[in-house]
Amino acid sequence: MNNMNRIFLFLILGSIAVLASGTIEGEIVKQALNVPAIVMFVIFVGATLGITYWAAKRTKSAKDFYTAGGGITGFQNGMAIAGDYMSAASFLGISGLVYAKGYDGLIYSIGFLVGWPIILFMIAEPLRNLGKYTFADVASYRLKQTPIRTLAASGSIATVILYLIAQMVGSGKLIQLLFGLQYEVAVILVGVLMILYVTFGGMLATTWVQIIKAFLLLSGATFMALAVMAHYDFSFGSLFAQAVEMKGLAVMSPGGLVSDPISAISLAIALMFGTAGLPHILMRFFTVGDAKEARKSVFYATGFIGYFYILTFIIGFGAIVMVFKNPQYLDLAKEAVSGGSPILGGNNMAAIHLSHAVGGDFFLGFISAVAFATILAVVSGLTLAGASAISHDLYASVIKKGKADGMAEMRVSKIATVILGIIAIIMGIMFEKQNIAFVVGLAFAIAASANFPILFLSMYWKNLTTRGAVIGGSIGLATAVALVILGPIVWVQILGNAEAIFPYKYPALFSVTAAFIGIWFFSITDKSHDAEAEREAFEAQYIRSQTGIGAEGASEH
Amino acid sequence: MRKELVDKIKANPDYQHLVKTRSAFAIKLTITMLVVYFAFILTIAFEPSLLGTPLSADSVTTIGIPIGMVIIVFAFILTGIYTKRANSEFDDLTNKIKKSVKEN
Repeated sequence: MNNMNRIFLFLILGSIAVLASGTIEGEIVKQALNVPAIVMFVIFVGATLGITYWAAKRTKSAKDFYTAGGGITGFQNGMAIAGDYMSAASFLGISGLVYAKGYDGLIYSIGFLVGWPIILFMIAEPLRNLGKYTFADVASYRLKQTPIRTLAASGSIATVILYLIAQMVGSGKLIQLLFGLQYEVAVILVGVLMILYVTFGGMLATTWVQIIKAFLLLSGATFMALAVMAHYDFSFGSLFAQAVEMKGLAVMSPGGLVSDPISAISLAIALMFGTAGLPHILMRFFTVGDAKEARKSVFYATGFIGYFYILTFIIGFGAIVMVFKNPQYLDLAKEAVSGGSPILGGNNMAAIHLSHAVGGDFFLGFISAVAFATILAVVSGLTLAGASAISHDLYASVIKKGKADGMAEMRVSKIATVILGIIAIIMGIMFEKQNIAFVVGLAFAIAASANFPILFLSMYWKNLTTRGAVIGGSIGLATAVALVILGPIVWVQILGNAEAIFPYKYPALFSVTAAFIGIWFFSITDKSHDAEAEREAFEAQYIRSQTGIGAEGASEH
Repeated sequence: MRKELVDKIKANPDYQHLVKTRSAFAIKLTITMLVVYFAFILTIAFEPSLLGTPLSADSVTTIGIPIGMVIIVFAFILTGIYTKRANSEFDDLTNKIKKSVKEN
């Protein structure tokens, strides 16, 4: 342990050195050094590293590492889940979408939110009662460990890596813009801090970093929304009237975001079922003591997320009235070329500029630091979920056939964390200039088409067999990936073909259906002896999922 | 779980009651959420101008804005309704089942 503390201290000092040298470099290159932002960010990093140090002393077993010992309360977990969901991409992306398109941003928010009640009604409780560390525990409960865990782990790792790429590229660009740091320095800094949080502090540190960040983000966004509303005497009517004067009536109605019924339904399915198949979100249900706390988690999470989306809607409109056409935030060079009053850094910077408009340099610094903190917290949760899939599903269950001891398993997950961190840094740098618009959509499509159907049917459908789950899940995975590649974003925008082979942006309607049909067909036609035993084991599993008899409890601390 | 225990719990009237009422309740709430959401999203797909109707003649605010906000609040209220009932009524039943299992 002593040795570990020394390594830990060394890494802290090392990362501060990286930060310091980076800022100096940024000053030379960009001259856009944001001092309040950097001061607040250093305070955040210091505090979270302190938490990591505290958490490291309490993380002694594999259970502590994966689930914080199972001792997180429903309220805390709700906040952490909301934190996982309120990524920098959703804060800046959705407020930017509202800023650009008005009402369409709200359509997106609603889609992201409505998955939560369904997770509560259908998934949360059985998940908590059947699983231990990962959702593959549940999927493989009565099926064959090796094939199911391999497939579930592949789905998890694919989702995690895609999500990580999107977060890393976003973070590099954001930090470059906000702090005046170089892109590579920013990406490496995020990667190194994330590795520190996860390897030393495990789930306990990751959860608290997420809770603190969620609190800061909600506070900052609340202040911005209040400042905007105070400007208009808390009348939505006058705010909207001013926005319409600036941008026209179109901002008040649905625009072109979802134009045809197939796209609308497909997007809805991807957002709803995708959320229920995200490994880093599902993993959070194992950090609470029992099913009761799991339910409370979703209740609080839904409240925080819903509140946050209402705030981003106000913030987007606030940016329309206070940032749009404000000469202070205009990108003059870009306007000279293409016209149309573009803002510095693009539409996704609308919330950042608004923070300056309502609170000056100091508040801009605060929001910038919070945005950076958000990225750190989200990538940490993602990496922990990916590392658990590698160590708990692949190493302990597939390679060691369930005979690995806890310490060895924990060591593997720490090594996996470092490797995933390095992959994230390399991918982040490699994808800097790539169009990554499809990446999050692909992650959601895979989660909805491979992870969710297997998880859901393993909980509720007696006749599910290993053969059905493996073939059907693979069909879902392959269909999702193929349709994204053949669709308009990758096939036309990235590969430069004239016309998309698959005409829709969102494949979920087709790939989720394919997965369910595949699983159904290859399960009911499975007449093997093992399949019979798997069907018979359903009753016992169902009783445990419904009552929690025999479920994992919280460990004593 | 041993076979006898499975059979015993399955035959427990409290267990049967729990599974029946909770499943019915969860399915009802799920369908409610899906109906509300798909009504919203299909309106956008087929009749977007409907949501663009102004609240009153002299207002720019459209009916779509309060509707959107209400759906967000509605989703939260649904989770509250489920959590409240599950954490009292369903948990009481579960504890009763657990106790009867322990007694033998």
